[in-house]
Amino acid sequence: MHDFFVYAVVMMAVAYLVRAVPFTLFRRKVKNRFVRSFLYYIPYAVLTAMTVPAAWYATSSLAVSTCGLGVAAILAYRGRGLVTVSLAACAGAFVMMLLLRLAG
Amino acid sequence: MKDRRSEWLDGVKQGIPIACGYFFVSFTFGILGASLGFRWWESVLISMTNLTSAGQVAGVRTISAGGSIAELALSQLIINLRYSLMGISLSQNTDDDFVGAKRAVLGFGITDEIYAVAVNRPKPVSSWFFLGLMFLPYFGWTLGTLAGALFGGVLPSSVTDVMTLAIYGMFIAIVLPKTKLEKGVRVVALLAAAVSCLLYFTPVLSRIPVGFAIIICAVVAALAGAWFLPVPEIGGDGDA
Repeated sequence: MHDFFVYAVVMMAVAYLVRAVPFTLFRRKVKNRFVRSFLYYIPYAVLTAMTVPAAWYATSSLAVSTCGLGVAAILAYRGRGLVTVSLAACAGAFVMMLLLRLAG
Repeated sequence: MKDRRSEWLDGVKQGIPIACGYFFVSFTFGILGASLGFRWWESVLISMTNLTSAGQVAGVRTISAGGSIAELALSQLIINLRYSLMGISLSQNTDDDFVGAKRAVLGFGITDEIYAVAVNRPKPVSSWFFLGLMFLPYFGWTLGTLAGALFGGVLPSSVTDVMTLAIYGMFIAIVLPKTKLEKGVRVVALLAAAVSCLLYFTPVLSRIPVGFAIIICAVVAALAGAWFLPVPEIGGDGDA
């Protein structure tokens, strides 16, 4: 384990450079189709890999997580916005938690 | 100049819903940070200098697990790589004045949501519009983290427990609508999920540090997608 500030500076430097350098230097489109496709798919691959399966273990119970994520998935699939889907994930999980407590 | 003012105000206005969402999501980041043993100012400092949900979550996990600097740097690079593409994509839709040093400074504000709003703007994006657009979300993100780190502990554990799903709700809201529209994204997402589960549940593979696991999943899935289902050739002014 290193000093917190070493970690913090590394995170900041990467987060900044990865955005600012291409944005500052590029004034034309990437021509290479393979590179473009790879870059295009990266966000979806990253976000999915971070969610599956980790999100199921984010709460204290699989049933609670599943309910929240299910509600979020349905709303997201119907094209609802960021805030709505996030709140719905929490609300869905909360309802399941209450149900489990009532049942148990 | 009247023009600058109206551009700035237009940006600020369009940043309001993003700021609200960020406050909520970063609140849960603050809670996460506290639960992993970070002090409140450490979480706030990370939010103020990173402004990125996925990267920060992976970052604090890697740090609290005692990961190496190389693991942290490489995983942050891969997770945040999408911002490079967004920067390149956004550079197609900026006005003639939004170049050089302005880009070097304001490029910091590229996030999934800010990019999405900026790139879909019918008018060219000026530096004043972009500055306005990132203004409120930046404070929303910072203040949400502060509130979560300080007050997350006083909320009942049942509430903080379900709030950890907020950040995943945001990820789902970004990915799922795209899987409905595009076969490539659908296949890439399914592949990333499959590889991620494989790494997570296989006894030996589950020892791979979380930062590297995300890199492996993302690179494998995105490479396969680029190889088998490349995005359409450039035609006209469509986004990348």
